[in-house]
Amino acid sequence: MTSDVAGTAAPTPTGVGAAVAPRRKGRGLLTRRDWLILALLLGIPAFVHIFLVWVPTLASIVLSLTSWNGIGGLDRIKFVGIDNYRVLVTTYPPFWPAIQHNLIWLGVFMLIATPLGIFFAVLLDKEIRGTRFYQGALYLPVVLSLAIIGFIAQLFYSTDQGLINGVLESFGVKPVDWLGNSSLNLWAILIFASWRQVGYVMILYLAGLKGVDPTLREAAKVDGASEVQTFFRIVFPVMRPINIVVIVITVIESLRAFDLAFIINRGLNGLELLSVLVTNNIIGEASRIGFGSAIAVILLVVAVGPIIFYLTRTLREEAR
Amino acid sequence: MTALSPPVATVYVKKKKTGIRWSRVVLHFFLFTMALVWLFPLVYAVYTSLRPYEETARLGYVSIGGAYNLDNYITAFTDGNLASYFLNTLIVVVPAVLLTLLLASMAAFTLSRFSWRFNLLFLMLFTAGNLLPPQVIITPLFRMFLLLPLPPLLSDNGLWYDQYFGVIAIHVAFQLGFCTFVLSNYMKTLPHEMTEAAVVDGAGVFQIYYKVIMPLVRPAFAALVVLETTWIYNDFFWALLLMKSSERMPITSALNSLKGAFFVDNNLIAAGAVIVALPTMVVFFAAQKQFISGLTLGSTKG
Repeated sequence: MTSDVAGTAAPTPTGVGAAVAPRRKGRGLLTRRDWLILALLLGIPAFVHIFLVWVPTLASIVLSLTSWNGIGGLDRIKFVGIDNYRVLVTTYPPFWPAIQHNLIWLGVFMLIATPLGIFFAVLLDKEIRGTRFYQGALYLPVVLSLAIIGFIAQLFYSTDQGLINGVLESFGVKPVDWLGNSSLNLWAILIFASWRQVGYVMILYLAGLKGVDPTLREAAKVDGASEVQTFFRIVFPVMRPINIVVIVITVIESLRAFDLAFIINRGLNGLELLSVLVTNNIIGEASRIGFGSAIAVILLVVAVGPIIFYLTRTLREEAR
Repeated sequence: MTALSPPVATVYVKKKKTGIRWSRVVLHFFLFTMALVWLFPLVYAVYTSLRPYEETARLGYVSIGGAYNLDNYITAFTDGNLASYFLNTLIVVVPAVLLTLLLASMAAFTLSRFSWRFNLLFLMLFTAGNLLPPQVIITPLFRMFLLLPLPPLLSDNGLWYDQYFGVIAIHVAFQLGFCTFVLSNYMKTLPHEMTEAAVVDGAGVFQIYYKVIMPLVRPAFAALVVLETTWIYNDFFWALLLMKSSERMPITSALNSLKGAFFVDNNLIAAGAVIVALPTMVVFFAAQKQFISGLTLGSTKG
């Protein structure tokens, strides 16, 4: 792909050239040396990105149709068709729980965390005293890594040393195994995942709201619209580009969910997620390359939807 | 761009009402409560980290009083050997951020200032690559890192696997997507007259890149340096999977093995969490503006 650009595609320098071209018609604006430099300027980063991101993506798809335990050379790779996928959906026990957990993750983000972040942004967009403090407090978790957030979650949830059980105990309630109970632990860590997500969405949305033409709101006010009406009828529709970004980020972040589950219990016993299943199949004792790749491809297929949605939206603007 | 330019003055129609506006009081009360709720987990972590284990064992974790000291920090830092992990982080983060920005600025320059036949395709690849969940590519990447050779200067086992080089490389490749997208959007807003003038003066392409465009994108660079440093510092996944020797891991990935081995009680876990969160807290307090504008540069274009 890189060589294509360097070799065949003739770049026409509209940016630089468009305005200057008439003056230098026929002479060509860029020298051979300039072409070469341009090709390198784009070629090097493109190569790095394609080689380490897109080649493995394609390799995931190919490997998902094979069986390979990683031992021995590449010639030991055996083509097995869609066997991996069949095993995955029929007999691999953690698969459907993982799908369910990723959906729950997405649901909580979509229905609670993201709307809450938008709500905070709307409140903070009003010019009130102390906005900086409120904003700072809400966005603080965004700078923390999810691994650290996993540590903090343990301070709250651990059975005998956790804050929550400590409080419950003083009311005479028996200690609850928040992180060990497979019907509770996902919800427990989702609270902390949301703690971070809310701030993230809040920042993105607040930046968008600042860009909304204030005269729109004034006009609505003059027309007697309530604040709620103004938001839903005027501001929200104008914020369409940001809404798209927020939706895409919400979906992608739910698919990427990994760190919290892994640091709590390596994504077992109620915390199965697609992302953890992929890694468990390559770092475990028995590494199942083809099988792990099949899970990765399922993750890819789900991610492609929002990615294409996002690209078509942003690139439509690009074309303008 | 919105965040980098001075905020748009918002005009509000002032109501001619006197007295206390109850809606404002409710709003403040609500936001203040929420702010406290949001701060509480960190405050509690700091509080617990300051209490010796014996005190919390005696009084319980939900208590006030007893001794407060920094012993947990000293234990966590020395027993967990955190200094060496911080060094590992430094070895990864500094080159990764610099290389990412260098390569992204090169790509963004060609994509935004010149129109190639495949411009859109490349922009799509970079943008889409940045959105992929890392787990999609980890399996083949893991095998690639075990197969690809590397000269002894860069790798002591001859491979990409278990090496700083490999981890830096994947960070650069992955983050390139986001940074190229942000920088090319930023460069598109720069007036074309500047480059035109340079061309008329006989400047070559590289001079335009280096002397004309680079100085102008400094604000975007500042934002991206802060954001990328935080992200790469916070990364848990790549080093965890692409490194084997735990003594080489950056601090965030090392947390996983430190948890069972050295951070045995909640007081130490709290101290460990606070120590590792400290650098990002500095970002929070010192470079909030850059961090936020970096985030929003990616979403609000132009």
